[in-house]
Amino acid sequence: MKFTEEQIMRYSRHIILKEIGGKGQDKICKAKVFIMGAGGLGSPAALYLAAAGVGTIGIADDDVVDLSNLQRQVLHATSDVGKAKVFSAEDTLSAINPNVRLIAYKERVTSENVREIIRDYDIVLDGSDNFPTRYLINDACFFAKKTLISGSILRFDGQATVFKPHAGGPCYRCLYPEIPPAGFVPSCSEAGILGPVAGTIGVLQATEALKEVLGIGDQLIGRLSVFDALNSTFREVKIRKDPDCELCGDKASITHLVDYAQAPCAIRI
Amino acid sequence: MSDIKVDAVLDITNEVCPMTFVKTKLKLETLETGQHLEVILNDGEPLRNVPRSLKEEGHRIVGTKKDGTKFHLIVEKGM
Repeated sequence: MKFTEEQIMRYSRHIILKEIGGKGQDKICKAKVFIMGAGGLGSPAALYLAAAGVGTIGIADDDVVDLSNLQRQVLHATSDVGKAKVFSAEDTLSAINPNVRLIAYKERVTSENVREIIRDYDIVLDGSDNFPTRYLINDACFFAKKTLISGSILRFDGQATVFKPHAGGPCYRCLYPEIPPAGFVPSCSEAGILGPVAGTIGVLQATEALKEVLGIGDQLIGRLSVFDALNSTFREVKIRKDPDCELCGDKASITHLVDYAQAPCAIRI
Repeated sequence: MSDIKVDAVLDITNEVCPMTFVKTKLKLETLETGQHLEVILNDGEPLRNVPRSLKEEGHRIVGTKKDGTKFHLIVEKGM
């Protein structure tokens, strides 16, 4: 790929880096990343990936912007309240970087459409806010052999990891084998979140996505990075591939995608 | 430096830091290891910083020639 003068200038701080250079930036410009959710995690992740010049960014979200989102979902502005999140996201991202091809999916991602949606992407970044979607995305990525950059947040805590079972790493079900029963999921009223925690984790996910595209560094595979904002600490928890995992284990029993039900007042962050 | 065969020439006298290095780096990426790039650059900041950055990335400066207020640098591409 031949860069234009505008692109050389725009991406100069990447190109300067020995580990990236023009060749690495070219990989970024050709990369295709799918982001599940234009919310707390998807917002910062999408902003940085668009700014970085990721060639194609797909974003799925069936929700509209609500005033209560704006405290952390930095893709959206006050004037976007009531607008579909994916279209608000498209406007913000194309204003930041018109080089990026944006694909908006204003629909609920289900077992019916998920394979079709993620098929054209290299990487899936999960910024969803509920367990049914997490399991669906994890299982779909496993079957399609897509690298999954996972993140989650609650209150003052967040965590991120990379699932790449097709390269020997664990999957989400190795970490959390079963979807938690409704009573164990915090309710809406318990689901506060310090805004910048979403930014911290979303940006960590964007970083891992770019590392995957570039093939550099030591990825968060088999390692869960756990952020504690109140104590200002990151600690690391090892995640082992579970040989008995129902999805990626030796005697896996899950052979098709499942739509789990979401409890009516379960957390949605 | 006249006996070195130059494979490409780049004038960065109209660029400022860090675009001086960015343009040089991109040009070097189009060459093979061992090939030579002649870089025309200004005295002062570019002459101080561009060669240093190139060396840090594993390239070699195999010749320098003063030409009025400009300099001609011959860079051999590293690995």
